[in-house]
Amino acid sequence: MWFRKKHDQILSILLVLPSALAILVFVYGFIALTTYVSFSNWNKLVPDYTFIGATNYLRVFQNPRFLITMRNLGVFTGLFVGGSLVLGFLLAVLLDRRIKVEGLFRTIYLYPLALSFIVTGVVWRWLLNPGSPQMGSTGINLLLEKMGLGFLKTGWYTDPRIGIIAVVIAAVWQMSGYVMAMYLAGLRGIPEELREAARVDGASELQIYRFVVLPLLRPITFGALIVLGHISLKIYDLVVAMTGPGPGYSCDVPAYFMWELTFRANRFGQGAVIACILLVGVSLLILPYLRYSFRWEAKV
Amino acid sequence: MKTRLYRGLLYLTLAIFAVYYLLPIYVLVATSLKSFEEVNVYKMWLPPKKLSFETFKKALFSEWGYQGLANNFKNSIIMVIPATVFSSFLGSINGYVFTHWPFPRANIVFILILFGMFIPYQSILIPLVQILRFLGLFGTIPGLIITHIIYGIPITTLIFRNYYSTIPKELIEAAKIDGASFVKIYREIILPLSLPGFAVVLIWQFTSIWNDFLFGVTIALNPAIQPVTVALNNLAGSYFVEWNVQIAGALLVAMPTLVVYLILGKYFMRGLLAGALKG
Amino acid sequence: MRKVCWLLVVVGFLGWAQAGTPLVLDKPSSLADISLTVFGDPGYAPAIMRATNSKALVDHTFARVTRLDEVLPAGAKLWIPEASWAKAFLAVWDSARVEDLFGGGKLVVGSWWTTGGEAEGLEALFNTYRSRYPDVLIVNATVAGGAGFVFKAVVKPRIIAGDPPDTFQLHAGLEVEGYSPEVYLRPLDDLYTIFGWDKVLPPDLLELMRYKGHYWGVPVNIHRSNVLWYNKEIFAQYGLTPPTSWDEFFTICETLKNAGVIPIIIGNAGGWEVPHLFEDVLASVLSPDEYRGLWTGETPWTHPGVARALEILKRIMDYTNVDYPAHTWDTALDYFVANKGAMHIMGDWAMGWFMAKQIDYKVGWAPVPGTKGVFVALSDTFAFPKRAANPINVLGWLEVCGSKEGQIAFNMRKGSIPARTDITPEEKAQFNLYLQSCMEDWARDTIVPSVMHGAAAPESWVVDFKDAINLFLVTKDVAGTQAALVAAAKAALGK
Repeated sequence: MWFRKKHDQILSILLVLPSALAILVFVYGFIALTTYVSFSNWNKLVPDYTFIGATNYLRVFQNPRFLITMRNLGVFTGLFVGGSLVLGFLLAVLLDRRIKVEGLFRTIYLYPLALSFIVTGVVWRWLLNPGSPQMGSTGINLLLEKMGLGFLKTGWYTDPRIGIIAVVIAAVWQMSGYVMAMYLAGLRGIPEELREAARVDGASELQIYRFVVLPLLRPITFGALIVLGHISLKIYDLVVAMTGPGPGYSCDVPAYFMWELTFRANRFGQGAVIACILLVGVSLLILPYLRYSFRWEAKV
Repeated sequence: MKTRLYRGLLYLTLAIFAVYYLLPIYVLVATSLKSFEEVNVYKMWLPPKKLSFETFKKALFSEWGYQGLANNFKNSIIMVIPATVFSSFLGSINGYVFTHWPFPRANIVFILILFGMFIPYQSILIPLVQILRFLGLFGTIPGLIITHIIYGIPITTLIFRNYYSTIPKELIEAAKIDGASFVKIYREIILPLSLPGFAVVLIWQFTSIWNDFLFGVTIALNPAIQPVTVALNNLAGSYFVEWNVQIAGALLVAMPTLVVYLILGKYFMRGLLAGALKG
Repeated sequence: MRKVCWLLVVVGFLGWAQAGTPLVLDKPSSLADISLTVFGDPGYAPAIMRATNSKALVDHTFARVTRLDEVLPAGAKLWIPEASWAKAFLAVWDSARVEDLFGGGKLVVGSWWTTGGEAEGLEALFNTYRSRYPDVLIVNATVAGGAGFVFKAVVKPRIIAGDPPDTFQLHAGLEVEGYSPEVYLRPLDDLYTIFGWDKVLPPDLLELMRYKGHYWGVPVNIHRSNVLWYNKEIFAQYGLTPPTSWDEFFTICETLKNAGVIPIIIGNAGGWEVPHLFEDVLASVLSPDEYRGLWTGETPWTHPGVARALEILKRIMDYTNVDYPAHTWDTALDYFVANKGAMHIMGDWAMGWFMAKQIDYKVGWAPVPGTKGVFVALSDTFAFPKRAANPINVLGWLEVCGSKEGQIAFNMRKGSIPARTDITPEEKAQFNLYLQSCMEDWARDTIVPSVMHGAAAPESWVVDFKDAINLFLVTKDVAGTQAALVAAAKAALGK
């Protein structure tokens, strides 16, 4: 019996081995290389691996464009993740109420997931084009005008103060359906008895959501946080297709800046610095999730 | 009475949100049906003067100056199907191992695999090209497939691990005690229950691999083997873009994934219901 | 023997007018003998072998030469290449690469020319190539994305990995620095001499193309950056003529603004259009030598001309459409189409757009105010990577790119002008009106390099320059931006 068990255990390790090895090389090997490059003097096409300490890091941090992109990333991540979670949850709650044409609405909210960020970027570039005094408004601004909500018009991504928000709107449009699907599944998974019991105890609907439903949905929230968070940190295609860096770099993001540094300016060392910073950011995101997730599983 | 009003408001709210999701489709479709002279960002809401599918024809077939997407659809399919299937199966096996046959330090290995999801792909293009060249896979479709499989492993493993953790451990333990082997348990217990999990994973992977641009453009320089997303990018000129053709092409490229979501969407939902991606 | 020799020589002379000439042996000869007879030097045997084998792949009446020292039988039909081609072959051919003697193979051409006139132009070059080298399979490896934005990220890892395309598009000038040419590219000085390009290309262009003492690419075209396009209908309506100075320009702007027309149309979504405008302003404020000096370090960026140029740019932005960040230059021209905008400063590829929109009838052009007699130039060239897989095919490609036939075919469709100066008036007449006037200017104006399009400065500097100007649009801080430009120059030149 123990032999069989041992045999199976070895088999299981062997089966995971190829994946682990592939990831070891194609992820960790590359991460190690990128980290080393960030400390190297590689700033022409010919690779130069001379160690120069933290010079690249200094140069990057002194570049005003870098600081702007990091600020943009922070704003974008906060609004995108928050917005998707809230909107997705709201839609899930609404759809959970035994709607007749639930399938139709669900499909409508979910289909943007099928598109690539490039297509999303192109269409939202048009929609959020504010128009101009000479040619009149266009896109969303035009619709707002026609509906009598003209005061809501803004310059969207032509306004350096709020440029990144336009990108958020497009990104939320794309990903909130996924959050909705997750929450809907989660809501459906909550036994009705729990809610009934709370109702019998005199709790209002709002209180039920706050104290019964939301805590049970926590694993879903965390799962969505991870997926949205990592998409947010790597956001690139959407910015390229939709706004480019924007006026005063108000729509610029680290991944875009990294691309220009690496493949246009040939500053491979500096490009690697940004990659490392993004990785550190991701680690900060994933560690609490994992701690939570393993603790939660231990409980279960 | 109150419920009627309440229900009405509910549907109204849902409809208002639906408009947010549907507006872009209108603009996309309308623009794709216009002629180049008509294409104008200030007239985006106007419907096309006359319906012509010429933009779609221009986008699909190699005409003067356009690469034409028709051939590249084939390439994308050849690339996407093996990549999706293999990465999904690998994820399933990994998930199975991590949930029901954990070895010492398995959790750490899992975290390390998961982290692979997070690297920005632009930063690893150079070493990736070098390794693929070393393996003789650079510039080939198999090279592209293998790249997608490798970078798909983290997310598929995550999904299946979460999904399989909803299968009661007692069930597996009982089978182990009864003498069932690793393979037998997988074949007779896990696999039959995996359908919803596979629904989620297959749809997710199909979409991300189909929509990938970066690996496609880096690894497949020869237009004969480029996936359709790369060819779509080439519909744009370097100095100016013919938006109507570009958008027609984009809609064509989005067709397969859209169809997948429209038709298989409910299986995706069922998979989520059953516990995949629960966290 | 003597009679045959004379016959061969005569035939050889005739052959130089085409790309080569057939030769039927009347007695067994070795390649070395034939080479001696035709070219006066036995060393061209490999060239003859290669030329014949290439022909034999498509026309089986030609002999197949299997060895360099082979003695070919009487009646064997050979193809004698042009002397210049033969010389070039010897210069390029690595004698260790025996496979190059057998013809065929591929030619992988990398560029970012994907649609419209540029793709047609590229296809015209391909056709010219195919007519001369039908044995070669051309692989058109283009990747769209303005100024090679995506292409560079695709080609650079390949170059590093030692697997470059056979030839690729490269802007003339200092953009080549970004490819570390001493390491990765083959210098083309010998080809310039052999094919006579150093005689037929203008000296200013040759100067622009020299980097570290060598030429690294063959220019196929010339584009002009400093063109002011104006709406003839609007100008007629308000009785205006194209401005020749910035004072005149701003007067016109005031008139138009008061009339409710956008004086100058700008679209900066690509991030490069306004820096492009700024380089033209710089060229208008500084003398050609001073402008060139900015990029070589002779002119300090603290020069008051730079500050003046920034002030002018600031003022220009007051007269432009407020939604310029939302538009690329071409979508911004919708104002032009609707007669709501009057002027636009952009390179001459704009003419291609005007023609595609069929509004070229109302388009007038003039040099950017203050740049009369100055031609801010950029040029597309093709480079020769050292590790190209098919070097002889690349040689043929470069020959086509540098030839009059190739350049005329390409430029007529692309909307640019040939780099060569030996175009006859009849040939010029085939081009559209704008291009004809452009060719006249090219022949007599002072040529200075464009910075935004890779001629004046290495790419890292171009990115810094671009970033500084884009930030200026928001901060409007002349002193700060000038300081940033000084720092960028120091970073680039101090390297």
